[in-house]
Amino acid sequence: MIYLKLFLSFLEVGAVSFGGGYGMISLIREKALAYGWLTEGELLNFIGVAESTPGPIAVNMATFVGSSQGGFLGSLCATAGVVLPSFIIILLIASLVSNLLKYKPVRAFLSGVRPCVVGLIFSTGVTMLISKLAGVSSLTDKLVPDTGGAIIFAVIALGSIIYTKIAKKKPSPILLIGISALFGIVVY
Amino acid sequence: MNVKDEVMYLKGKNILFPLFFTMLKIGLFTFGGGYAMIALLEDEFIGKKKWIERDEFLDMAAIAESTPGPIAINAATYIGYKMAGVAGSIVSTVAVCIPSFIIIYTISLFFDAFLEYKLVANAFKGIQVCVLYLILSAGVKLFKGMKKNAFNVTLVFAVGVVMVAFSLFAVKFSTIYYILICGIIGTVAFFLSEIKKKRQEGEK
Repeated sequence: MIYLKLFLSFLEVGAVSFGGGYGMISLIREKALAYGWLTEGELLNFIGVAESTPGPIAVNMATFVGSSQGGFLGSLCATAGVVLPSFIIILLIASLVSNLLKYKPVRAFLSGVRPCVVGLIFSTGVTMLISKLAGVSSLTDKLVPDTGGAIIFAVIALGSIIYTKIAKKKPSPILLIGISALFGIVVY
Repeated sequence: MNVKDEVMYLKGKNILFPLFFTMLKIGLFTFGGGYAMIALLEDEFIGKKKWIERDEFLDMAAIAESTPGPIAINAATYIGYKMAGVAGSIVSTVAVCIPSFIIIYTISLFFDAFLEYKLVANAFKGIQVCVLYLILSAGVKLFKGMKKNAFNVTLVFAVGVVMVAFSLFAVKFSTIYYILICGIIGTVAFFLSEIKKKRQEGEK
């Protein structure tokens, strides 16, 4: 049943997402592709919207995917799923173990997880980039280059770097999304 | 209940509504992820309303960062609990989710129809590329902030390379396993270094 699947999938996402927003994209992508809920393009669309609206990306993604697969109830189930592990774990920590981080083995475990998440984010990004710009998802695919996309990527990347040098702070994601939207219209 | 819990309980009765509305406001204005929300929380809870001590707040921020799940949710639950026990944590967490839930759900209703317009569809093709850039730059930012010791760098590259390779060769290996395995490696590495330390001390 879709509601249970949504709930359980996002329960998993909520339970193992360390490292903030983009950390859980890897798992959400895995679930969405495995269940055939979204294509990679649709996933990227959702992330774009989730980035531009208030609220944590994980929760927004859950609401969005849940709605697209199971309507209102679906979005409720997915959102509840993604929030529940945090809720329970934090309640336990706040009420019982006051500071879990005091324990060295816990810090040791987290010290392994942190670089792992960095690796996950990179590999998810690279995998999706190759798939988007070159049309290659697995080694048996033919090369389908997306030059328009490559141009936009280069523009956004260079633009960001230049902006950061001049303005001394990073451009806001919403600004970048807006610019890329305009370029999308122009290029395609 | 001991005295402290009783005090919290009584405080809790009068605080649920203000807590609800404060978290609703924060949920509406948190763009850009958990860290932004923590700044907003600091503003509201310490600066304006003085509901929480700075020390408690810093504890919360550290925990919210290290436990699984979205930082914003962790922080909301924790602060809610400190303010008003379990009821507070429920009120706080639900309140912080409501604005984004309503916004996203509404968008989702029109999204497919919206995408039917060629202009919108093309705009989103551009946005997809931008999202990829954002993901990669998030990775770079985390990498820069990370201590570049052998352990960390090895894990980053090992996970990165293995995952891309598995994906290209269509091997299924869930994200969860990577996280668990790396966590265990971290714990084992710690115990090994403790054993080494004890041995060195024993030799003195």
